[in-house]
Amino acid sequence: MPPRSPIDLDAVRGRHEGHFRRFDRSRLQAAGAAFLAFAFLVYAMGALGFFDGKLIDGMGRLFEITGLMLPPDPGSWAHVRTFAVALAETVAIALLGTLTAAVLALPVAFVAARNITAQRVVRFLARRSLDTIRSVDILVWALIWVNVVGLGPFAGALAIMTAEIGTFGKLFSEAIEAADRKPVEGITSAGGGKLLGVRFGILPEVFPVLASQVLYFIESNTRSASIIGIVGAGGIGLHLAEAIRTLEFQQTSFIILMILATVALIDYLSSQLRFAVIGRRPMVVR
Amino acid sequence: MISIVRVNSPIALLPDAQLRPLVLAYEASVRSRRWHTLLIVLAVAVAMMLASVSAEVSPSRFVENIHRFPSYIVRLFQLENGQPVWTSMGEWFWGISRWLRLLGETLLMAYVGTALGAMGAFVLCFFAAANVAPSRWLRIVVRRLCELCRTVPELVFALMFVIAFGLGPMAGVLAVSIHTVGALGKLFSEVVENIDMKPVEGITASGSSWSVAIRFGALPQVLSNFVSYALLRFEINVRATAVMGFVGAGGIGQDLIEAIRKFYYSDVSAILVLIVITVAMIDTVTSYVRHRLIGLEGRH
Repeated sequence: MPPRSPIDLDAVRGRHEGHFRRFDRSRLQAAGAAFLAFAFLVYAMGALGFFDGKLIDGMGRLFEITGLMLPPDPGSWAHVRTFAVALAETVAIALLGTLTAAVLALPVAFVAARNITAQRVVRFLARRSLDTIRSVDILVWALIWVNVVGLGPFAGALAIMTAEIGTFGKLFSEAIEAADRKPVEGITSAGGGKLLGVRFGILPEVFPVLASQVLYFIESNTRSASIIGIVGAGGIGLHLAEAIRTLEFQQTSFIILMILATVALIDYLSSQLRFAVIGRRPMVVR
Repeated sequence: MISIVRVNSPIALLPDAQLRPLVLAYEASVRSRRWHTLLIVLAVAVAMMLASVSAEVSPSRFVENIHRFPSYIVRLFQLENGQPVWTSMGEWFWGISRWLRLLGETLLMAYVGTALGAMGAFVLCFFAAANVAPSRWLRIVVRRLCELCRTVPELVFALMFVIAFGLGPMAGVLAVSIHTVGALGKLFSEVVENIDMKPVEGITASGSSWSVAIRFGALPQVLSNFVSYALLRFEINVRATAVMGFVGAGGIGQDLIEAIRKFYYSDVSAILVLIVITVAMIDTVTSYVRHRLIGLEGRH
């Protein structure tokens, strides 16, 4: 192989000047934006008291607490039984809340979907109310339902139901809008009415998608259900908050491990069911 | 069982002997599908029944108390003297300056939590992505760490941090940022796993180290996606920090839970209205920026 001729750098630079410049305009803009974001971060940390020396003290105490959490220990078998019952209650709350929300959100989703409801005002109202429901946190709903039906897991199930109606309404209406129009047109041309078009044209197509979304949310709602006990709406959260507040750190870590194991189990089961419903298709939510 | 009525219909042009097995097969398949559906419905119904027993669902208590839900909502929008809230805006939003300050604190908390979490996730994601991770064991450890961070609910971290750091926004910020590390670490590493590996291979082939290959091969491909996911997370974190005050970890949640617990109805609705408006505004702004970013990506 003959030796390659040395590159005439200056000539290349002359031809592609833009590629040799260290800072072009878009790069300067990006650097400026990053610098502003960082400066604001430092300001915000200062405003929130990060530089008052509390951070270092707290880190020391955090290490101490972490040390106290090991090894996880429930204390006694009676405690294990109590926690297991509370955990079953948590799963029940999640299941009940999610399924009820799915059933109630389905008609709302049809009202909020662009290809079903031609009435712009009705659609707008449906969407805005779903948005409003969604922007109120699940804990706030739990507090409201505790005021209505009293302390206990029933309030928790109702809270998850209310919050999830907002989420499902949005996700379902998006799935319905993405549905193929042709089956509906076929049914209409064969003389079927609007309702028949929805039942036989759209529902069979979107049902697997909706079912997989519901299954996916059972897992995330198990996590939500494990904290609503903090405000008295049932489940393991009450025991967890109590263990932390009374500084029973070994119990705390035991309860957290129990929650993690349960969530992993629910995740496994729901993803198996999801694959059975829609096949191994990646799931995109939010 | 077998209905050969359809054989007589004008559509059926096939002779009876040929049609019979076809009709039989069709009906068998319909029957099996019906059974399938019925079985699923039954399973769901049984699960719901068991869950209802465990969650102490009582329809009688529900029916007895349900009238309180609409009346509670109505009372939220009434002032002390029974007038609807919008008759006197000044009285409804009597604490506006304090609430706006707390809302600002909430937004700052969400910002710092998201920024710190995104930085952590940024560092971790390259060790967690299957295609660029330097070592297999490190990858597994980092993945498990991210899983742990995002599975434990934020409020649980907040409860523990309140003990370590004292009451105040710092506990809430750290709780949010740990959760964000877990959530964004997963998303970021998935982005990295989907990149085109040719630039990275090219840079490695010319003798550069791993960090240089990541910097010039992987980073330019993923940066806009990272920012987009971080903005999405910011949106979620604003909602999360709004309730951090429930356990004493700063933000507007403190005033909200106090108002709910002490039955200051009009305060509850005023704070909720402020939160809903803020969340809607943040959603609009971030979704605008994200669409701009996605547009930028398409142009390159």
